[in-house]
Amino acid sequence: MVEAAAAPGAVAGAGTAAGLAVADLHAWYGESHVLHGMAFTVPKGEVVTLLGRNGAGKTTTLRAIMGVIGKRKGSVRFEGQETIRMPSRLIARAGIGYCPEERGIFASLSVEENLMLPPVVRPGGLSRETIFELFPNLKERLSSGGTKMSGGEQQMLAIARILRSGASLLLLDEPTEGLAPVIVQQIGRTIARLKASGYTVILVEQNFRFAATLADRHYVVEQGRVVDSFLNAELDANMDKLHAYLGV
Amino acid sequence: MHTILGIPTQVLFGQLTLGLINGAFYALLSLGLAVIFGLLNIVNFSHGALYMMGAFAGYLLLNLLGVNYWGALVLGPVIVGAFGMVLERLMISRLYRLDPIYGLLLTFGLALIIQGLFRNAYGVSGLPYAAPPQLTGAVNLGFMVLPIYRGWVIVASLTVCLATWFTIERTSLGATLRAATENPVMVSAFGINVPRLVTLTYGFGVGLAALAGVLAAPIYSVNPNMGSDIIIVVFAVVVIGGMGSILGSVVTGFALGLCEGLTKVVYPQASATVIFVIMIAVLMVKPNGLFGRAA
Repeated sequence: MVEAAAAPGAVAGAGTAAGLAVADLHAWYGESHVLHGMAFTVPKGEVVTLLGRNGAGKTTTLRAIMGVIGKRKGSVRFEGQETIRMPSRLIARAGIGYCPEERGIFASLSVEENLMLPPVVRPGGLSRETIFELFPNLKERLSSGGTKMSGGEQQMLAIARILRSGASLLLLDEPTEGLAPVIVQQIGRTIARLKASGYTVILVEQNFRFAATLADRHYVVEQGRVVDSFLNAELDANMDKLHAYLGV
Repeated sequence: MHTILGIPTQVLFGQLTLGLINGAFYALLSLGLAVIFGLLNIVNFSHGALYMMGAFAGYLLLNLLGVNYWGALVLGPVIVGAFGMVLERLMISRLYRLDPIYGLLLTFGLALIIQGLFRNAYGVSGLPYAAPPQLTGAVNLGFMVLPIYRGWVIVASLTVCLATWFTIERTSLGATLRAATENPVMVSAFGINVPRLVTLTYGFGVGLAALAGVLAAPIYSVNPNMGSDIIIVVFAVVVIGGMGSILGSVVTGFALGLCEGLTKVVYPQASATVIFVIMIAVLMVKPNGLFGRAA
């Protein structure tokens, strides 16, 4: 775990049996080559963030892990299993849940239908009761149209529905983007609780103050590769570097 | 004799019933087209030929295997639906990434080939297919005499259309289907096998056409051209209702059948064109059709 923090990319081949190991990952949108050898590991049970400027390749990395991108190459090992040649439905069935930046709520489905859409891929998913306890707003809106809710409620729905499926690794793409502070706090508490109950999370965030309250480690992404990484505990020592990377 | 607006009620109700029968077939066929268009984004021009194959399936099952009407009502759609799924897997599925015009050309070509093969084998004079004994005869409803088979076609078509609507709008299978129509990539990322869903949906749409074919066999004779005769009207129905709208295609199908029947009473010369006149009028006011969503 420490070595991953010390030398980005260098430990990619170490192949942790648990969690996720990405090595030399390349991805393309049509002709445009977006990821240039991404490498990082996510130990089981940790919350890991991908930090970086817009267009650095954070969202593309999540899409490439999920297999919802034109073309990808390299290695993505999830719990020891190579997934690079799998179609996205089998990657989902291996236990990875995906919450995209645009949330992917279906307008032609009610909240209830959106929630129940992902099939249970493995045992151990949250029950409806637990989900409603985490997101009480959803329970009152079950028969509304999926996209008739507020942005915050849609974000909660997008997270809630992948918790039911039994996925153990959650890919969350900017879950706080454009939301009111009180909603951001609620989502933060939820992610903290998911971490406490053993979920592994990859979080793409612009808001790194938010990320710092949750994460175990951070990877800095620039031009389609990981250029730096450190543990959350070392965040203060790396603040100047981080400001330079993010240009804030 | 009673009259309404100077029209004998017997004539009026007789024509309205005929209109409803036509409407029942329009509804079943345009429903299948709507289901297929919704998920596959393909305008299935082979729909008429597959409807014709349904009628022939009924005829051949009876004459080669001795399967009666009731058996054909189940087996016909299953066999033709399976044939449709083979077409989808082998050919149509290769066109999803291309312009929809390719799907249109392919299915149109398939229709011509299927029709030609049947014309070659069975001629164009039409083959008789008797209604089952349980559904022959007529009942006097007081205001009109209704042949039982025609009443059965209307009830059967309505039931199947409503069951299809219910399945798509109210069940979890339907929710998956609607979601895949909206965003297939996201649905795959949840672990659902979208290509299989697409194949089954095409098979189901084709099965609906074949069911209409079996239902039609005792009314119209079984003829290789029966599909091309009806399909042009059905496309007009789909355009009026709005492409891809499930309920819209059913309501429009029955309503336009009635319009046609009514025109036969009032001004018979216009009965063959009235649907196209309505289509032009609707398109001028609502380019997406009566029930269509804005593109």
